[in-house]
Amino acid sequence: MSTAAIPETQQPASLLRRVLLQGKYEALTMLRNGEQLILAVVLPLLALVGLTVTPFLDGMGSSRINVAVPGILALCAMSTAFTGQGIATGFDRRYGVLRFLSTTPLGRGGLIAGKVLSVLVVLCLQVVVVGLVALALGWQPTAAGWLPGLALLALGAAAFTSLGLLVAGTVRPEATLAITNLLWILLGAMGGIVIPAERLPAAAQAVVHFLPSGALGESMRAAFLGGAVNGGAALILLLWTVIAGAAAIRWFKWN
Amino acid sequence: MVRSPQSPALSIHGLIKDVGPLSSLDGKMLRVVSGVSLTAERGQVTALLGANGAGKTTTLECAQGLQKRTGGSISLLGQDPDTAGAGLRSRVGVMLQDGGLPPSARPIPLLRHIAGLYARPWPLEDLVGRLGIDTFSRTSVRRLSGGQKQRLALAAALIGRPEVLFLDEPSAGLDPQSRQLVFDLIAELRDGGMGIILTTHLMDDAQRLADYVYIIDGGRNVAEGTVQELLQRSPVTGQAGGHVRTLLFEAPAGLDLAAVLPDGVDVSEARAGSYAVTGALTPRHLSALAQWWEANGIMPASMSLEARSLEDVFLDISGKDIR
Repeated sequence: MSTAAIPETQQPASLLRRVLLQGKYEALTMLRNGEQLILAVVLPLLALVGLTVTPFLDGMGSSRINVAVPGILALCAMSTAFTGQGIATGFDRRYGVLRFLSTTPLGRGGLIAGKVLSVLVVLCLQVVVVGLVALALGWQPTAAGWLPGLALLALGAAAFTSLGLLVAGTVRPEATLAITNLLWILLGAMGGIVIPAERLPAAAQAVVHFLPSGALGESMRAAFLGGAVNGGAALILLLWTVIAGAAAIRWFKWN
Repeated sequence: MVRSPQSPALSIHGLIKDVGPLSSLDGKMLRVVSGVSLTAERGQVTALLGANGAGKTTTLECAQGLQKRTGGSISLLGQDPDTAGAGLRSRVGVMLQDGGLPPSARPIPLLRHIAGLYARPWPLEDLVGRLGIDTFSRTSVRRLSGGQKQRLALAAALIGRPEVLFLDEPSAGLDPQSRQLVFDLIAELRDGGMGIILTTHLMDDAQRLADYVYIIDGGRNVAEGTVQELLQRSPVTGQAGGHVRTLLFEAPAGLDLAAVLPDGVDVSEARAGSYAVTGALTPRHLSALAQWWEANGIMPASMSLEARSLEDVFLDISGKDIR
């Protein structure tokens, strides 16, 4: 076996094992990347602290932090799924990593599944870190909010992953870097994700409800502040996922 | 899945690949491969030889399932790479021209990850030792030298112990020691029964490694054979003949040698007074030339007899124009 004898017919590891391995590998790569960690954890925590010491959210709910945390969790999903995975995939494409891995038993489908899994793993860790810091700062989430909240967060991650892959698969990696970072800042500040639409300029309000950022931010606040499910916002997230996913499948260039 | 040990590693018939539409061609498609046919056997090294842009990499990528073909048929281990799944991919190793390795990765964790995708991978420590990767196992891919990167990419292609191995320009960036190491391993794998298909634009690679060579030019295969067969191909008729050699000599300019030498031999005067006689030269040719020199009182200022290289064959076939 250690010499180069005639190979017996090789077989792939099981599909589940391949996807789990790729998910683990990509998640570890993301967590080892300093810039990604700043985007995924440090900036959301800074925003959380910022929103609890300023009066932006006063009058929106029972306390500043209770209004802030659902939006910060939504911001975490955008960081990891859209900007983080978008940039990583853009550069993987540049360096031929996507092409090489798609010739292994992993294949294109397994590669995408692994990327989605890595986003979910990193997002879970973000929820734990942000949640613990928030609880220490006095966050009191509605118990009934957890189930719809986490389900919406996963749906939001799916929408943002589709959008991230669409950008990464169609433009150069430098452009992906610029676009996903710029949109993170714009949507983070003005997209209704951490600051509710009501507090934004009137001109922005009409648009914000239909953005994935606004839909995720609003529905997360509805869940964690009142245990409610915002069906309209969930539908908008679902539409973004389907449309961006279909566009990514149609236009994604592997090389 | 039926496995026939007799089926060739790879067989391609009339492969056609169009790319585009391209704005540089007013939105038209560009045909980059227009009818390549080839067969690569197990236990052999098959080389696709051609200039840059000849269509070698595109042909390989269609065979690997990385690009969808426009026409023709491809059978890789008896299966169509466009529709086959993980089962076929686990039996085929691919080393891409640009490596395809993530710059931030370290060699051992990366190889361990790829090994996990196979049911029975090549034992990691053995492969790492064979390719000398243990000497740079803690360095990230982006800091590796060209030769180190190539060896790591080869390890990534071999970790699944494939039956068929694709190597796109395997000696690019290799220093002489790495090249020897890689070539020895390729020869050993070939002797062990692996079907190896490589592209190269380096004649020396093909001459040292290949059991069978396809010369690709302008998107089609224009000549094929063993290295010996190609070397014996007459530059004049394209037919196989004796061993082709070139006699170079310096003599007064403007000699008319055509009548002196029999047909099937090519005479050219590249510079005034600098002659090249190419063909399946025999002692009879040399004797005829020497007698003519004697009769005309000519003594060449210098002369040399050279064996033909694959490069000469290649230039005869694909022309000398820069493209």
